[in-house]
Amino acid sequence: MTYQSHADIGGQDGFGRVIPEGEDELFHAAWERQALALTLAMGATGAWNLDMSRSARETLPDHPALTYYQIRIKALERLLIERGLVGADEIAAGRMLHPARPGLPVLRAGDVPAVLARGSPTLRPATVPARFAVGEPVRLRAAAVAHHTRLPGYARGKTGHIDQLRGVHVFADAHSQGLGEQPCWLYTVVFSARELWGSDAAPSDSVSIDAWEPYLEPVS
Amino acid sequence: MPSCLSEVAKLNRKVQPRGLTCPTTWGPDMSHDHRSEDHSELAEMDLHVRALRTVLEQKGYIDPAALDVLIDTYETRIGPRNGARVVARAWVDPGFRKWLLEDATAAIASLGYAGRQGEHMVAVENTESRHNLIVCTLCSCYPWPVLGLPPTWYKSAPYRARAVKDPRGVLADFGVILPASTEIRVWDSTAEVRYLVVPRRPAGSDGLSEAQLAALVTRDSMIGTGVPKPPESAL
Repeated sequence: MTYQSHADIGGQDGFGRVIPEGEDELFHAAWERQALALTLAMGATGAWNLDMSRSARETLPDHPALTYYQIRIKALERLLIERGLVGADEIAAGRMLHPARPGLPVLRAGDVPAVLARGSPTLRPATVPARFAVGEPVRLRAAAVAHHTRLPGYARGKTGHIDQLRGVHVFADAHSQGLGEQPCWLYTVVFSARELWGSDAAPSDSVSIDAWEPYLEPVS
Repeated sequence: MPSCLSEVAKLNRKVQPRGLTCPTTWGPDMSHDHRSEDHSELAEMDLHVRALRTVLEQKGYIDPAALDVLIDTYETRIGPRNGARVVARAWVDPGFRKWLLEDATAAIASLGYAGRQGEHMVAVENTESRHNLIVCTLCSCYPWPVLGLPPTWYKSAPYRARAVKDPRGVLADFGVILPASTEIRVWDSTAEVRYLVVPRRPAGSDGLSEAQLAALVTRDSMIGTGVPKPPESAL
């Protein structure tokens, strides 16, 4: 089965201009506030991790037609149904029809400040040395993969160099599939704009991504 | 163009006049463009989300009071004024600036900002010759503890698609024109590192206090799509 992310759009043409917005425009409808809060509260139960929720969002078939908060709500429903926490019939009915799953840790109001302040750090202790060093040229994996990944399509097969080492982090590809954290070294890899976009790009401009070691190949 | 959601909701309302019944789950066949809907779609989404909330409440998965705290936190406590204070401190305190550029997570935490979506911070400084621009092409990753909720444009397809390929065109959409000689570095937030741009301190701001300087620092200037306000605006 193929995996298609509808969210990986870096470098694609035809989306039009960007429309700026004032700092005070946080929500555009009351339901968006609820969508934010429901997503965060259910995320805090630990029934899935952040990488799983990103995967659920980016593979929604109608992703391109949905707004940010519609994507959040729709992916939330998908995760709830897939994990058996809520039935599709319950969402349709708007009320509980089946017993709740017991023991799910509920985010309490009094715990919100501490939970937000803690976040979900992904840095882990290094148990192996980094394979690559700052300044070293690297090529990004060219092949597509049949699961969630954080290697953007525009960088696949491109050559850049190591700009920074960011430590050892939870590997999103594995984490999103429920395969555990499988922490590995994370690097900031920088590409010249011309390597990515061709000779029309400004010669001094550059783009960087943060790439886990399994994305990288040495350049001989 | 009517949406499936609207149609189903209308049907539902016929059998459930109180209008709180939610339409069926969105299926994969539901490919209409909801952004083109009129205000009735707002009402449908409102009903839909309210119904989902009811289910989650009845099942005991959420504490309604926690939802209120979450919303209040991001509406009133966590926003770009946090980041502006970080930038202003860096402008007035060379020791803090050095710390911020070397270990942004710790330096920012010393001002009280930390946690969700800012667990691993990196600050990148604009100079006369280099301008930094932050994007997340894969979703909408953004440094929440210092900038709050991402603006709509940051989450939009035009920004996410174009920022990496045509940064000067994107900057022009914001009215920012940089000299051709300025090097532009775009940072695509593809992992859990979150970036904060330290914009250049405006010329003529020497006499301003740290608080006055913070008032010059716009949200967009900390993403790289803007520049700070001129010093006159603080007086």
